[in-house]
Amino acid sequence: MAILRPALRRASPDWPAYLADRAARRRHPLLVDYFTAGCPAAETPIAEVPMVAMDMETTGLDARRHAIVSIGLVPFSLSRIRLAERRYWVVRPSRPLSRESVTYHHITHSEVAAAPDLEAVLPDLLEALAGRLAVVHYRHIERPFLNEAVRARLGEGIRFPMIDTMSLEARIHRQSLWARFRRWLGRPPVSIRLQNSRARYGLPAYQGHHALTDALATAELLQAQIAAHYTPETPVGQLWS
Amino acid sequence: MDVELLEVRQHMGRFPPFDTISDDLLDELAGRVEVAYFKAGSEILALDQELHELCYIRSGAVEVYRRNGELYNRLGEGDIFGHFSLLRNHRVRFPARAMEDALIYFIPEAVFHHLCEADEHFADFVELERPRMETAVEQQKKNNDMMITRVRKLLTRYPVMVEASTTVQQAAQQLSDFQASAVLVLGEPGDKPRYTFRDSEERAWQVRGILTDSDFRKRVVAEGLPPDTPVGEVVSDRLIAIQSDESVHEAMLCMLRNNIHHLPVMHRRRPVGIVHLSDIIRYETHSSLYLVSNIFNQSSAEGLAKLAPDVKAAFVRMVHDGADSNMVGSALSTIGRSFTRRLLELAEEELGPPPVPYCFMALGSMARNEQAIVTDQDNALVLDDEFDPERHDAYFLALAKRVSDGLDACGYPYCSGDIMATNPRWRQPLAVWKDYFRDWINDPTPERLLHSSIFFDLDSVYGENALVEQLQDLIAEQAPKSPLFLAAMARNALNRTPPLGFFRTFVMEKDGKHNNSINLKRRGTAPMVDLIRVHALACGSRAQNSFSRLDDIDRTQLLAPGVGEKLRYALELLSMARIRHQVIDLEHERAPDNNIEPENVADDERHNLKDAFQVLSNAQKFLKFRYPIPSTADRRRH
Repeated sequence: MAILRPALRRASPDWPAYLADRAARRRHPLLVDYFTAGCPAAETPIAEVPMVAMDMETTGLDARRHAIVSIGLVPFSLSRIRLAERRYWVVRPSRPLSRESVTYHHITHSEVAAAPDLEAVLPDLLEALAGRLAVVHYRHIERPFLNEAVRARLGEGIRFPMIDTMSLEARIHRQSLWARFRRWLGRPPVSIRLQNSRARYGLPAYQGHHALTDALATAELLQAQIAAHYTPETPVGQLWS
Repeated sequence: MDVELLEVRQHMGRFPPFDTISDDLLDELAGRVEVAYFKAGSEILALDQELHELCYIRSGAVEVYRRNGELYNRLGEGDIFGHFSLLRNHRVRFPARAMEDALIYFIPEAVFHHLCEADEHFADFVELERPRMETAVEQQKKNNDMMITRVRKLLTRYPVMVEASTTVQQAAQQLSDFQASAVLVLGEPGDKPRYTFRDSEERAWQVRGILTDSDFRKRVVAEGLPPDTPVGEVVSDRLIAIQSDESVHEAMLCMLRNNIHHLPVMHRRRPVGIVHLSDIIRYETHSSLYLVSNIFNQSSAEGLAKLAPDVKAAFVRMVHDGADSNMVGSALSTIGRSFTRRLLELAEEELGPPPVPYCFMALGSMARNEQAIVTDQDNALVLDDEFDPERHDAYFLALAKRVSDGLDACGYPYCSGDIMATNPRWRQPLAVWKDYFRDWINDPTPERLLHSSIFFDLDSVYGENALVEQLQDLIAEQAPKSPLFLAAMARNALNRTPPLGFFRTFVMEKDGKHNNSINLKRRGTAPMVDLIRVHALACGSRAQNSFSRLDDIDRTQLLAPGVGEKLRYALELLSMARIRHQVIDLEHERAPDNNIEPENVADDERHNLKDAFQVLSNAQKFLKFRYPIPSTADRRRH
């Protein structure tokens, strides 16, 4: 089934070396601790990797102009998603909340006004992430937003490996031989949004746009993707980006 | 609460047993579940694997297997599994496999046990010892007043009692003084120890009978007897009484069955009061009661036929009033018997008195007092042995025909198997009937008994009861000694099997097939009644009603402890489900039938029925094992 695993042909970044290098060069103790925890070697089977599903709600899509409103984390492994260890924070965005994002996220102004600044929750957040491989749906939100937010508060940015369930879904449904055949027929590409991706694996529809619910939904989606297209022995290096 | 867990919480809160737990417990539960995804075909629980979690199906479908690999159950969204193992040795007894892609919530053992302790309903639901169907039946009973109200509650004073030597005038005087309408007549202790008691001065008395207002009119005044006649000379020897702890309902049925208006109530052997029919009417204006008295007031078969719609109305009202299946069954049987009885009385008025004594016999559900609203007539005539076909049969054929036609007009269609007194084969003197039964019992094959098993539910409706009682005696004596007969009856009792249960909107068959509806009589109540009959025959029970038969069976070692109780609950649930769906049919002005469609079954009823089917299925397996074909029969066959 090489068609379904284009990752075999993909060069993946050497994340462990990158993190070790960063750990050595960090000055802020929070970040030193985070990077020292490191990440698993690229050849580690996915079944052995401790993971954490992460989702953020933001005031918009541009990390330089918009801000984080809430963060949800759910630690999990390939066999279990542990709701008991879930974390959820509402933070006060450094930029004002627009009316559209209120209706979108169901987080009200008063809730946000009472919330702390992200800086206050950073120690907890980094501790919860440390030593766990982050799993997100569409890394181009979580990665730059977190990087910007940390840089603004600690004076230096943060980058780490992530499994992006959306890009896994794209590999399977947009880059496969079958997907190219569909394109050739003029069919629209299949949707790889979280809800539509989940539906393909028989996962239930959730009320979206809550950081914790979406983190849970992402963790479930990864379990389903691995069960359907990979094996528990698949090296993590084939999955992360 | 944790608003972020709404997805988990709301889903679980919709399904039993979580639908009734408190919000606090639900929050605790939702916050501690673990989640895992299983691709279709993958194993969720392996046999003998250690298990410390309860499993809940959030989405998808799961198949559960027996140890031998046979399909045990198929579960869908909102169902739970693994609780048997959690309550026992923490080893998986029933392995589970995802039949469709499934998302499973795992509830940690500690939370599970906390729920069991904190919520009785939850514990009831998951514990095998008190399965949810039992709880459901008990719930049904609690709703019903008439069933649990004892007849003693209707008594307002002690009965007026006089000695047999008292004159009728003195007795009438007593009635006037006490403003009573009936008096009990006491005599020296004699042939009826059941009605013998000691008074406060330790003197022994026997209740000889009852004299009512109308007896004074008919037996004394109309006969022109002198006022100094002793009451002992006019009182009837026939005494029908009831125990004070019987239900009001039972008292009512007893009066209706015997067509009497005064019913002495006894505490053990001592009379404690007399209930009048009007007391019961005042207590419980129940339409089936009026219907029955209306039946006896009709003077023609046409008049009786006009009452047919009332039967359906009475049935619907009774179910809405919270009657259980036993009440519904016996009330409908009483109504059916009353029709039969009145038709016979009317026929006798026209044809004249019978040339030889006879007993009109009910078979099947009427004999069991388990009649349903959808029923055909099954009856027969047992004639005195003086019967001479040449001289007498024309009379009994005419009698049978009138009853049969009359019943058909009243909504009890002719029996498709021709088991009716109009069939000469089933209109025979006692000696011939005894031969029939000896023949069935001594030379049985499953094929021969297939159409005869209905004769093993038999009861008298009208006439010389003793004729039918002799047949009941014969069966009770012969059947337990005839292993071959029991084996043949047992074999036939396995012809109809229950389905596995319901799955979404389908009926799940054991071979995995789906059906859109299920005949609850053929697949539920009938096989249950069949298997109870086999055990009842084996223990020589003379009872006809399935619940009474279970009482008799319980006094023997035929079934493992607790099994009788389970059968009782399962029969009650199956019967009530059938009855409730017939009420729904009637309310929608459809012809009621025995079919139920799974989409019309509420969640809790679906679970209960599944359990009941399981009980039935297990009991059938035991039946095969308990009544094997004896080896002599094997030799005979080869």
